[in-house]
Amino acid sequence: MTTLTPILTKNWDEADSFTRAGYERGGGYQAVRTALGMNPDDIIQAVKDSGLRGRGGAGFPTGMKWGFIPQGDGKPHYLVVNADESEPGTCKDIPLMMANPHALVEGVIITSFAIRANHAFIYVRGEVLHVIRRLQAAIAEAYEAGYLGANILGSGYDLELTLHTGAGAYICGEETALLDSLEGYRGQPRLKPPFPAVAGLYAAPTVINNVESIASVPSIIGNGAEWFASMGTEKSKGFGIFSLSGHVTRPGQYEAPLGITLRELLEMAGGMRNGKRLKFWTPGGSSTPIFTEEHLDVPLDFESVGAAGSMLGTRALQIFDESTCVVRAVLRWTEFYAHESCGKCTPCREGTYWLKQVLARLEKGQGTEEDLGTITDIADNILGRSFCALGDGATSPITSSVQYFRDEYLKHFEIGGCPFDPAASTLWADA
Amino acid sequence: MTYTPEVRERLERDAKEIIARYPKPRSALLPLLHLVQSEDGYVTDHGQQFCADMLGLTKAEVTAVSTFYTMYKRRPMGEYHVGVCINTLCAVMGGDQIYAELSEHLGVGHDEATSDGKVSLERLECNAACDFAPVMMVNWEFFDNMTPESAKRLVDDLRAGKEVAPTRGPSKLCTFKQASRVLAGFPDGLAGEGASAGEASLEGLKLAKARGWEAPEASK
Ligand SMILES: Cc1cc2nc3c(=O)[nH]c(=O)nc-3n(C[C@H](O)[C@H](O)[C@H](O)COP(=O)(O)O)c2cc1C
Ligand code: SF4
Ligand code: FES
Repeated sequence: MTTLTPILTKNWDEADSFTRAGYERGGGYQAVRTALGMNPDDIIQAVKDSGLRGRGGAGFPTGMKWGFIPQGDGKPHYLVVNADESEPGTCKDIPLMMANPHALVEGVIITSFAIRANHAFIYVRGEVLHVIRRLQAAIAEAYEAGYLGANILGSGYDLELTLHTGAGAYICGEETALLDSLEGYRGQPRLKPPFPAVAGLYAAPTVINNVESIASVPSIIGNGAEWFASMGTEKSKGFGIFSLSGHVTRPGQYEAPLGITLRELLEMAGGMRNGKRLKFWTPGGSSTPIFTEEHLDVPLDFESVGAAGSMLGTRALQIFDESTCVVRAVLRWTEFYAHESCGKCTPCREGTYWLKQVLARLEKGQGTEEDLGTITDIADNILGRSFCALGDGATSPITSSVQYFRDEYLKHFEIGGCPFDPAASTLWADA
Repeated sequence: MTYTPEVRERLERDAKEIIARYPKPRSALLPLLHLVQSEDGYVTDHGQQFCADMLGLTKAEVTAVSTFYTMYKRRPMGEYHVGVCINTLCAVMGGDQIYAELSEHLGVGHDEATSDGKVSLERLECNAACDFAPVMMVNWEFFDNMTPESAKRLVDDLRAGKEVAPTRGPSKLCTFKQASRVLAGFPDGLAGEGASAGEASLEGLKLAKARGWEAPEASK
């Protein structure tokens, strides 16, 4: 049986967990002292050895990414933390930064030192005021304590950390769109290559990592790469925060080794709400193909979820019970992608627009069986042909829902409407 | 309209402080637009001209950016800007019903303000709080686990000038303009207020403690 492993979430129940004093009481800012005494290359090696893979969705090996930064090139290097958290269902970085912002700040210092950056940025979405306050305060405290600024802890190493607040655009979570946004432009993705490690922020070598990836770094330096690698599965090492939402008894954040299953997590979360039956769920946000009851025992690691036809993504487990209409759910996600498409490329801009139109018709029971063919065709035309992964993500709910719930789509136009009562799936529905 | 010399001088001081945070001035554009909203309540023409002046851009270049982002409003919003999350998870958990009832109750639609200027309404996409669904935001503070009743009571209280506290946040709401100033990077001193985490955020930790589960010991 897998058990929970509170690490990043360990101090969240302490009243002052977000302050420097609270963080240091639990051993915070020890790892940075260790790191500043190390050779930066050894830090990169330790993160490689730990097996840490990006926690922002794609799972790229973090140490390898850092290793791509050219050294001794005479250019400034930058670290940019992706704190844009906007993938539907994803809700781990925001509580992490609210309750434990210093873990992120400490991770920023260690990472910047390792990649030889003297200026780092945290790009946080704008719609989370109190989280922004906590980050501002944590950064100010870190400057006061000499963890940021010139000659950090007498090491001769200098680092500036700037908090940058976004302004509402899901696409700015895509790493190159984020860079354009941070440079003061519309957030639209850039052509790759060149990759950010070569030409990123201001065309200089740049590492972009997710909040949780960076916040995990102090624990690796503090406890050792083997410690981290002792958790998780062979190729998906370590721990991660699993976010359960929707029709479960106790939705919330559950920090566990990668490879835990939804069956195990559901047991921990008190089971399905009101004893209802699980109908469908996302393993890692709305851009990951949906799963059903038959996937309850899929180990939630990068390989196993991929082999079962989806993606681990951000471990955003949105749980829907039998009262939920899958067509309505998919329509709403599709409206989201159409709204957030940046418009740069035709397959995504036009495709998401048409998907939205056809799905709206289907949901009202005014569609035909031909429309089902149309939406899967449009999805096929977006997938692999769009400029960035937003377009690909938009096809996930469509293709997977038609695969598992074709009959439910058919039912809508058989009866000329939606067979479900939306009131039955609300928070206040009777048991 | 333009800013009075005193206002302009104050804003220029703020703008210079923002620009100094970045290796290249243009990076300051997003926070500068938040600064404009903190002064005017929305992104005004003269506010955009101000940004252009500060950064050596044309006003058209500024507008091209400001219209890309949903948090920049092109007309006055309410003193309290109320968002209802209608992305799938929240919608299913009741966000759709909350939005519909609230819109009818207030007599306004998406990105519209009530005639008293107190409250405006917005359909929000996922605000990274799904474990607290259905979620509402007022001036970008979290209001968790809402119902149609609690939502209507909330906006009634706001319009009546009563003090209202977010579920996770400071003990009292600030105005849209005050919130925008924090977004521009000027702290308001309220970071220490409120709990470290909401109830749902602590579920896993609580269970781990109850069952005696811990992360492994350090390997060195
Ligand atoms: C549309 C879109 C939105 C994304 N949003 C986020 C986000 O909010 N946070 C994040 O860390 N990564 C996001 N990503 C992934 C980033 O592009 C990038 O892979 C990630 O920040 C790298 O960090 P990691 O290696 O630590 O995971 C998004 C990708 C796409 C295509
Ligand atoms: S796939 Fe969509 S979001 Fe990405 S570049 Fe194309 S239009 Fe923009
Ligand atoms: S879906 Fe509403 S906060 Fe995520």
